[in-house]
Amino acid sequence: MSIKLVCPAGSLPALTEAVNNGADAVYLGFRDETNARAFPGLNFSDRDIERALAHARARGCQVYVALNTYPTSDKLSQWYSAVDRAADLGVDALIIAEMAVMDYALRKHPNIRRHLSVQGSATTAAALGFYRECFGISRAVLPRVLAIQQVEHLAERSPVELEVFAFGSLCIMVEGRCQLSSYVTGRSPNLAGVCSPAEFVAWEDTAEGKTARLNGVLIDRFADGEPAGYPVVCKGRYQVDDRTFHALEEPTSLNTLELLPRLAAAGVSAVKIEGRQRSAAYVGTVTRIWRAAIDRLEASPDNFTTEDEWRRELTRLSEGSQVTLGPYQRAWQ
Amino acid sequence: MKLSLGPLQYFWPRAKTLAFYETMAGQPVDIVYLGETVCSKRRELRLPDWLALGRELKAAGHEVVLSTLTLIEAASELSACKRMVDNGEFPIEAGDLSAVELCRERGLPFVSGPGVNIYNNRALALLRDAGLIRMVAPVELGREHLVSLRAEDEASPEIELLAWGRIPLSYSARCFTARAVGRGKDQCGFECIHYPEGQLVRTREDQPFLNMNGIQVQSGAVQDLSPLVGELDSAGVDVLRLSPGAGDMPAVVARFRGALAGRPVATARDTISGYWQGRPGMD
Repeated sequence: MSIKLVCPAGSLPALTEAVNNGADAVYLGFRDETNARAFPGLNFSDRDIERALAHARARGCQVYVALNTYPTSDKLSQWYSAVDRAADLGVDALIIAEMAVMDYALRKHPNIRRHLSVQGSATTAAALGFYRECFGISRAVLPRVLAIQQVEHLAERSPVELEVFAFGSLCIMVEGRCQLSSYVTGRSPNLAGVCSPAEFVAWEDTAEGKTARLNGVLIDRFADGEPAGYPVVCKGRYQVDDRTFHALEEPTSLNTLELLPRLAAAGVSAVKIEGRQRSAAYVGTVTRIWRAAIDRLEASPDNFTTEDEWRRELTRLSEGSQVTLGPYQRAWQ
Repeated sequence: MKLSLGPLQYFWPRAKTLAFYETMAGQPVDIVYLGETVCSKRRELRLPDWLALGRELKAAGHEVVLSTLTLIEAASELSACKRMVDNGEFPIEAGDLSAVELCRERGLPFVSGPGVNIYNNRALALLRDAGLIRMVAPVELGREHLVSLRAEDEASPEIELLAWGRIPLSYSARCFTARAVGRGKDQCGFECIHYPEGQLVRTREDQPFLNMNGIQVQSGAVQDLSPLVGELDSAGVDVLRLSPGAGDMPAVVARFRGALAGRPVATARDTISGYWQGRPGMD
């Protein structure tokens, strides 16, 4: 079976671009904190979602709904309603991070496929077995922490289908267990569906350069002409001992195009493009390139090559115009 | 409320680690967690060493729990986790869901570490059915959330909270400590052994901010909830966790023992308690 291409849809235009450029599935969220891209102006109203489903279905593209945040006790009913709503819409799969939500979906709507979100933070066959045994998941999205050899090893033993990140912004911390945004702003991917929320970001031009702050904390300062990235905590410049540098990671994006043959050979079921917060044009271009790459691999699995144009375009669309294989490659670790 | 000594987050030479636990054996803490939770390359003590230490601490009257790795990536790490779960003597603090599953399969009771995401009372009940006897709360849950975790069920597992120490905030495939000296994780040269409390990360305005500890990032500041023990008690917290530091740990224990005995405790300089109060952790 060929490897599936799963693409982000933060809006109806982005969804249309993903579908028209050859996504096998798109993933989207409702317009609230039940999903991990709860940004103002993003995501789908009921009316949008019906049009999205119609458009995707007419072209044979599946629709997944992300319900990948962590409700506290007082908010469980809101997440359960979101599960019901997605089920009533007849979507193809639910992407869930949290156990109570998964358990509810299993009991109430057993026939809708459940995918473990990357926020569920499962990195081993045992952890995947837990979710499989307890909540009957069919697929899991792997955190961006495993080297390619580890992905291959896990794919041999996994009790469920695996989906891995292929392209987009690079979370360098194991997903679902990163509190850097929460530590600074009180709002986290797990609880609020946001990382470094915009309302805490402040830009200022100063004599020393342009500063980017998150809730008052100086994340970086940029000289004239230096590209100024969005201030996420893990990509800031800090001082360690007497050196100032990107102490955790530089602004860069993940690009695994060259690993595609190994991922497919390992039996990975799907590759995921990150970026529900990105523009329709971005989603369209990235989807087109990955579609072409997967089709080429399928046509000649033993002779896969990438096009210069693909690499150029993907690099142009990346954070800081830099791409990396990230943790897939041991040297990065 | 009980006091616990959490697992050592830093990498200390063997002699320093053994001396530390010898000191702590005589301290009034109820529970001691032992084991390496951050990086599998840290092997100054191996499983038989931790077990021997566990027996000594148990003989000194402490409840002993073995803590597993928070982020498991390699097959060898999963095997090591299995050996810990199968130790036959001590219960496990599961650092991740791999360890949860290994305990569940074997019908063994377990404690969940702060890296196991239990955010609501339903998840708590589901894991209780899987064998959970005590949860160490995810670090970002404050008073309000912990109260609602407790509400539904009197037979709830115990709740333990980080009451003193730097907050573990994130884990990566990458070793930040090795990277800071231009090396990869595979060639780390055990750089982190030179930093008994990690490496402080300051902003470009010199504000102390984060703390790098191998593949882990911690808060730059120490969370200290000792002035709040009354509130912690009434919120239903059962165990206060003190995370080992290189400073005077017996003094920290004494501070908390005093607070538990009702003696007023002043807020220490540069400490934080934001999470408990529903604010950013750094407050």
